[in-house]
Amino acid sequence: MIGRDLLGIEDLDRADIERILETADHMREIGRRVIKKVPTLRGRTIVNLFFESSTRTKSSFEIAGKRLSADVINFSASSSSLKKSESILDTARTLEAMDPDAVVVRHAVAGVPKQIADVLAAPVINAGDGAHEHPTQALLDLLTVKLEKGRIDGLTVAIVGDILHSRVARSNIYAFRKMGAEVRIAAPPPMIPAGIETLGVKAFTSLREAIEGVDVVMALRIQNERLAGTYLPSVREYSSTYGIDREKLKFAKEDVIVMHPGPVNRGVELSHDLTDHRPSVILDQVRNGVAIRMAVLYLLSGRRQEGEPRLDLSTEEEK
Amino acid sequence: MTSQQTNTQLDPKPPSGGRVVMDDVAIRRALMRIAHEVLERCEDLERLYLVAIPNGGVPLARQLAANFKQIAGVDVIVGILDTTLYRDDLKLKAERPLLRETEMPSAVDDRIVILVDDVLKTGRTIRAAMDALMDFGRPSSVQVVGLVDRGHRELPIKLDYVGKNVPTQADEEVRMSGSGGDLSGALEVVVMPSVPEGSGVTR
Repeated sequence: MIGRDLLGIEDLDRADIERILETADHMREIGRRVIKKVPTLRGRTIVNLFFESSTRTKSSFEIAGKRLSADVINFSASSSSLKKSESILDTARTLEAMDPDAVVVRHAVAGVPKQIADVLAAPVINAGDGAHEHPTQALLDLLTVKLEKGRIDGLTVAIVGDILHSRVARSNIYAFRKMGAEVRIAAPPPMIPAGIETLGVKAFTSLREAIEGVDVVMALRIQNERLAGTYLPSVREYSSTYGIDREKLKFAKEDVIVMHPGPVNRGVELSHDLTDHRPSVILDQVRNGVAIRMAVLYLLSGRRQEGEPRLDLSTEEEK
Repeated sequence: MTSQQTNTQLDPKPPSGGRVVMDDVAIRRALMRIAHEVLERCEDLERLYLVAIPNGGVPLARQLAANFKQIAGVDVIVGILDTTLYRDDLKLKAERPLLRETEMPSAVDDRIVILVDDVLKTGRTIRAAMDALMDFGRPSSVQVVGLVDRGHRELPIKLDYVGKNVPTQADEEVRMSGSGGDLSGALEVVVMPSVPEGSGVTR
C-alpha cells in the first residue's frame, strides 16, 4: 500500500494508483454539492510549503484541504534562504513544531520534498520539485483520461514539448506506463533527455509520426522566456512545428482528447481555438485536480507518525 | 488493499460455518411488510425519499421502491449516501477506509427521508448518515429501515422499521450477501461465528 509520503509516481504501484483514482472519483461528487464540505479532516492541519511560486497547484491543494474541513496554512519561504541544506532542516524544525498532519511541498530543486520528508513526522506530498516529479498532476491527468475514455490500459498517449525540463512529463510517463498505456514523446532534439527510452517510451522528433493514431495528446508548457534562443531557435518556429492545432490533430484518433497542465501559452503549445474548446479538456483537468488532492490528503493525512520524528532534529546544544 | 471490518460488507457467498438468519424469501417478505408499514404511516407519499447506505442498503432500497410502486403506484426517489467521510473513527486509523458511491438525485429539503441499511449494530453508521444527510438539505423528518437489528447499540438510535431482530454476540459478524457475487441475485443474511484473535483467519 501507499507509503507515508507521496514523493513521486515512480514509488507507486498500479494498485496504489488505482486506489487513489477510485477515491478521487468519489471525491468529485462533493464538488457538485451545494455544501462542498465534509467533516473528515476537522481539526487537522495541512501546511502548504511553496518555495516556488504557484497559483494553480497551491490553490488546488488549499481548496482540497478546505473541502475536507482541514485548517490549511500557506507557508512561503524565500527560495534564497533555502539554498543551503541547513536552512531546509531549520524550516522543517519550525514546521514540526506546528504539528501538521500533512505538508505539501513545492521547490525548484529536485529532491527537496524527500529531504523534508526524511525529518518530519507528518506525511509529505510533493507538489512539484525541479525537473523531477509532480505526482498529483500526473494523477489528475490519469483521472481525466479515465473519465473521458473509460480506461487507461491499452491507450496511446503522446506527450509533446519540453520533456527535458518537465516534471509533469516525467510523472506522466511513469503514471501512464504503470497503468498500461503506450507513451510517445515528441520534442525538438535538444528537449529529449538522453536515455528516455529506458522509461519505456518511444521518442519522436516528428510531431506527425508521434500523434499518428493516438488517443490522448498532452502538450507541455514551453517556458519561452527561458528557453528561446538556447533550446529553441524561436517560439514561432516551435509553435509551427510542435504547436497543436486542429489540422495536426487529424492524424490522431477521431475521438482524441487534448490536455495541458496550464497555464497555456495561447497560440504556442495550443491554438487559441483548441485552448478554449473540445477536444481539449483543460478545465476538467483543473476540476479533477481538486478531487485528486482531496483523495491524496484523505489517504495520507492519517499517517502522521506519533512520538519521535523520523530523524532527530534537536540541535547540538540540546543534546 | 485490506477489506473493511464493517458489518455491511459486500462479499460473495460467505465461507461455510455461517448461520443463515434470513434467506431471499424472508428478505422479500420483510421488505413487502415494511413497504406496507411505511405507506400506512406516511401522510404524504409524494414527499418520500429513500436513501440507501451502501453497499447493503442499495438493493434493499431499490426493492422497497419497487414495492411502493406495486402497492400504491408511487415513484419514490432512491438516493445513495456513503457515510465513510463522516465516520467517527477515522482519526483512530492510519489506513483509510475505501469510499463508496454517493448519488443523491435531488435535495432532501422538506422530504420524508427513509434511511435504509442492511444490518444495524452500534448506530454509529446511522449517526454519520444523519450528518451527511443534513449537507444535502433539511428533511422534514428522518426515519430508519434496518433489515436486521442485531443489538449492541452504542448511541441513542432506534429503528423505525425492522426486518428481523437477531440476537448476536458482539464479536460475531453479520453480513448480507448475494448469489450474484455482489449484492445482485438472491440475498441472504448470515451470522458468522467470532474469530479468535491471532487464529490466522482473516475476513
